[in-house]
Amino acid sequence: MNLTFAFVDWNVVSSFIVKGFLFSIQLTLVAMVGGIALGTLIALMRLSSKKWLVMPAAFYVNTLRSIPLVMVILWFFLLIPLLIGRPLGAEVSAMITFTVFEAAYYSEIMRAGIQSVPKGQVSAGYAVGMTYAQCMRYIVLPQAFRNMLPVLLTQTIILFQDTSLVYAVGAYDLLKGFEVAGKNFNRPVEMYLLAAATYFVICFSLSMLVRQLQKKIAIIR
Amino acid sequence: MSWDWQVFFQDTGSGQTYFNWMMSAWGWTLLVSACSLVVALSVGSLMGILRTTPVKAFVWIGNAWTELFRNIPLLVQIFLWYHVIPSLFKPLQAVPDFIAVVIALGFFTSARIAEQVKAGIQALPRGQRYAGLAMGLTLPQTYRYVLLPMAFRIIVPPLTSESMNIIKNSSVAFAVSITELTFFAMQAQEETSRGVEIYLAVTLLYFVSAFAVNRVAHFIEQRVQVPGMIGSGK
Repeated sequence: MNLTFAFVDWNVVSSFIVKGFLFSIQLTLVAMVGGIALGTLIALMRLSSKKWLVMPAAFYVNTLRSIPLVMVILWFFLLIPLLIGRPLGAEVSAMITFTVFEAAYYSEIMRAGIQSVPKGQVSAGYAVGMTYAQCMRYIVLPQAFRNMLPVLLTQTIILFQDTSLVYAVGAYDLLKGFEVAGKNFNRPVEMYLLAAATYFVICFSLSMLVRQLQKKIAIIR
Repeated sequence: MSWDWQVFFQDTGSGQTYFNWMMSAWGWTLLVSACSLVVALSVGSLMGILRTTPVKAFVWIGNAWTELFRNIPLLVQIFLWYHVIPSLFKPLQAVPDFIAVVIALGFFTSARIAEQVKAGIQALPRGQRYAGLAMGLTLPQTYRYVLLPMAFRIIVPPLTSESMNIIKNSSVAFAVSITELTFFAMQAQEETSRGVEIYLAVTLLYFVSAFAVNRVAHFIEQRVQVPGMIGSGK
């Protein structure tokens, strides 16, 4: 079979692919911000001294981490309409799913980050009269974020790749854009190749940037 | 809403119950995972070893392999092996779908395993490699008798989590109609509208599978532990 990419012009890109690309980016950003916020909260719960806070947090993380993401996507797509009484659409459902799911992974990263801060610093914070919240806000969390920044970003690249799994509920993401274009022009093979190349270029360059950042942070520390 | 577990004893229309279908789907999930794991471990070890050799060309090949298979989403890779490769190379159209998925999942995971193997080898003191070479062992012998036996023992825990990941990732095979658990869940949900019961059962089977892998790996870890190292227990 001969490959031909001649039909791919700006018109094709703008009418099929840009829409999907923007959704993938939006989904990644929403899940990253929401996931890190929720994940940090869960990490703090897991590290607290109160058992009734530790147990639900551990249950949340362990459960979500042992279920395939596709199943989680399907679960939310099934359950959200049952709970709120009306369908929510694949796109919004995906945003909720990814935020909740990624929070489990981000929380493990944040937990490692918080644990990497020396204990003496927390004691020092209490000694100068800070409350728990102040200690976390001004001493522990800023350092935890900073130490874990490369890992958080690497997880975000994985998250971006995983957004392609919204295929299971038919949301219109980057991969779907290529697929629809491939169907319209009857050139699916070329379009799948382009999809792979696009994901590769994006993820590879981002991971190079993270590597640079890692070097920079390592020197300052 | 109310429970209706009877759904599993309904006939699917082809002479078997949904329970039977689910069990065969579970079998497919385990089979895809096991075959992919074999591919991933062999290719991943090879690539990981290449990345630690003193030969620049080998290092380049290993690095290129890892970056290529790590930076493309698994679903896209499955489409590549399923749609793209067979239409570019006609003779490969006879290859069953199952093989395409095993190769896709195996190569995808091999990139991660290569990373672990490389880290395991690099975790050993540099002197071990030099000692091996100084004793007159060839480079392959040094790897075979000095470096790899230790490196693989060190990386049993990360390899365990990769094996558990493979079971989870095998769910992506639904996209090319392999009748594994996730595909079963989607089909059965559509046919019976008893989504909650079916998803619960499927989720439970994923749990059980991952837990079983975890136990087997724990057993292996204890059998191959190196006395005197942290985590060896004794």
